[in-house]
Amino acid sequence: MRRIRKSFLGARALVDGNLEVSRGDIHALCGRNGAGKSTLLNILMGFQRPDEGAILIEGRPVRFADARQAFDAGIAIVQQELSAVPNLTVAENIFLGAEPCRRGFVDFRQLNRNAEELLASLGFDIDPKATMSRLSVALQQLVEIAKALSHRNADILVFDEPTSAIGAKDTFRLFQVFRSLAAGGKGIIFVTHRIDEIFAVANTYTVLRDGARVAAGKIREITREQLIESMIGTEIGSGAVKRDSRPGNPLLEVRNLTRAPHFAEIEFTLHQGEVLGIFGLTGAGRTEVLETIYGLARADAGAITMEGRLLRSGDVTGAMEAGIAYVSEDRKRAGLVPSATVGENLSLAILRRLQKWGLIQARRERAAIGWAMETLRIDPPDPGQLVGRLSGGNQQKVVLGRCLLTDPKVLLLDEPTRGVDVGAKREIYSLISNFTKSNGGVVMVSSEIEEMMEVCDRILILRRGRLVETLSGAALTPNRLMMVAG
Amino acid sequence: MHTEEPVEAPERAPAGTVPPRRTGALARVKNYGIVIAFILLCILIGAICQYRVARGEWPENAFVTIDNFLLILYQVSINGILAVGMTMVIVSGGIDLSVGSVLAFAGMLAASCATGSAAATPWSGTYPVAVAVFLALLGGAACGALNGWIIARFRIQAFIATLGMLLAARGFTMSLTGGNPISSLSPQLRWFGVGTVWRVPVPIVLFLAVFAMAWVVLNRTVFGRYVYAVGGNEKSARTSGIRTKWVKLGVYTISGLLAGLAGIVLTAKTGSAQTNAGSSYELDAIAAAVIGGSSLSGGVGTLLGTLFGALIIGVMNNGLDILGVESFYQLIVKGALIVGAVIADSSRARADV
Repeated sequence: MRRIRKSFLGARALVDGNLEVSRGDIHALCGRNGAGKSTLLNILMGFQRPDEGAILIEGRPVRFADARQAFDAGIAIVQQELSAVPNLTVAENIFLGAEPCRRGFVDFRQLNRNAEELLASLGFDIDPKATMSRLSVALQQLVEIAKALSHRNADILVFDEPTSAIGAKDTFRLFQVFRSLAAGGKGIIFVTHRIDEIFAVANTYTVLRDGARVAAGKIREITREQLIESMIGTEIGSGAVKRDSRPGNPLLEVRNLTRAPHFAEIEFTLHQGEVLGIFGLTGAGRTEVLETIYGLARADAGAITMEGRLLRSGDVTGAMEAGIAYVSEDRKRAGLVPSATVGENLSLAILRRLQKWGLIQARRERAAIGWAMETLRIDPPDPGQLVGRLSGGNQQKVVLGRCLLTDPKVLLLDEPTRGVDVGAKREIYSLISNFTKSNGGVVMVSSEIEEMMEVCDRILILRRGRLVETLSGAALTPNRLMMVAG
Repeated sequence: MHTEEPVEAPERAPAGTVPPRRTGALARVKNYGIVIAFILLCILIGAICQYRVARGEWPENAFVTIDNFLLILYQVSINGILAVGMTMVIVSGGIDLSVGSVLAFAGMLAASCATGSAAATPWSGTYPVAVAVFLALLGGAACGALNGWIIARFRIQAFIATLGMLLAARGFTMSLTGGNPISSLSPQLRWFGVGTVWRVPVPIVLFLAVFAMAWVVLNRTVFGRYVYAVGGNEKSARTSGIRTKWVKLGVYTISGLLAGLAGIVLTAKTGSAQTNAGSSYELDAIAAAVIGGSSLSGGVGTLLGTLFGALIIGVMNNGLDILGVESFYQLIVKGALIVGAVIADSSRARADV
């Protein structure tokens, strides 16, 4: 791919995307969130069209109008989200849409035999007659690979974060598959955030930063530090940016919190006026920790205390009453009620306090909504608007407003700035800062390193569900974060 | 009416610069299309009748009379009572297929306590009418509560759970009397079907009272707001600290209670409790809610819409009867109307966004 350029609605996602892969390569595509990896891959696979630039396959320029054409040109993808049909068998999934037929009926014997041969040739020990939904995520992924390879002409295989949802053993097995595929003359492109993996399996790499290729070459010619350096760049001041953090009284204490299989033995104490970050790669268990603290899921073991009072596990209302508020990472799925108005969304969590004999006190509700609309500067300032019509940033402010109206002492924020514009981001940061100044405590999860560096006083690093290190002060540098998490 | 109101600053909120707006039901009823459709339908039928009168075919316009409109309301009242409960259930994201059977069950319970024929059931006889009414409402609410409990506790799809109740409640009804109807009801019970209050038939009074109370519940109470929230996005509702299971239990219990009331009215109206009473009534109740703009995916729907939905069905049945259209064509028109209403609704929703 040469000099690919792509803009979305005026925002440049990709300025100068370049990527080269040869037969037999295992190529790692690296870069932080928002660096342009997904855009580049989407263009390669024909999901999106480039504004400029060219894609060459064996020297011939190609243009893909849609995913089908890319597929026919020999590019196959194993997606991050598995796209299997859970109730069909392995064999049926592999040959979905390409079933062997006899006189108009699917020839199941032939189907299973073909699948068995294919799986055996790849060295996968999977029963073709097993139902997909009964397989582990890792095995499902192998089936996806088999599916991608069932079309003979797939020369370039793209894997988008293939290891984020699977364990170490399966990762090892997956890498063996990578190696044998590469040895068979295929070109493999894979995206990962785990530095270890890049050095374990890849032999070439490309680093994207801010939509452009900043480094590329052979893995054996680069060190971990250099690779991280080029991913992060120098624009983030490394080291302590940190303010007058005078830790106040402990607010939220988490002891030995465990929820299999997501995380185990998580411990921390959040103080007044503190922003505690939780960093980790996808699948490290960050979101699950927050959900469990808030009571959306029950813990297997461990204790959560709020100002010395033990919280009941799995009781959201109890957590709210104790002064915890939660902003989920997915505001569409678990934050907003899209069919309701902005005002109704804002007041939803405090209706109980606004009632008399079960009737909502309209005046008090309007005043509370007005306060939130004004404090958060929600635009347009019309509480009667359906919430789904607001921009992403304003939707996020509605979710935050609902939390702040409950008058919380602790805010749990999961990716609070995902999908919001720069202006709204700033406003959210200043909200966090005001909240801590008035003695609130914040636990924040984010995948953006700059954001973590800027906002957090202390950062816990999770790795595959375990707390591996806590960084603060001078030890808190972007490079260190990546090193420990990856 | 509301822009001039001074905003009281409560505990924590400084007076807003935001113009205070009504954020409840009114914001949601932006669409008066259903009202217009209703009026157009009335005009159309009225005009055809008038045309016949003008041609000298008919002696008078039988459609446009106060008595006929009272008759329509009277005919609509039972479906209307069911549709009120159905609207709450549908707004919460569910459906209640059992209301017709629960209606029959409750009607049979009421009849068994207010009948001259003592042999109908082991306990039957003529008790104070309050006992009959109470027992019927209790029976209906219990069926609804069981629906709600099963749906909330076991996370069963409402369709399945209430389909089960549809069969089971019919079975209960038959088992009460061994499949026989109960008749010779006490006049006190019959009052609920054939009595009047200031010349207005009691079923109409009950229907309008139920409608008014339900409107307050759905639009003015915390519970009502929770119903919309649970139907709109259950996960968000849960994240906001709403005990969604109780909300579900609540709406199905209300639906069952109203089915019980409808059972009393139907039994009183017809003068006997039949084991097959109310068969497929759930479909008319769902139709009223859907024509009125409720979305089966939850979170969207108004009682006012449902009221007009029920009225449209009623006017159509009545008007087509007057026009002498045979009942099988009426079914075809009703079917087309339901689908047409939803198509109009969804294409408007798309144009809106």
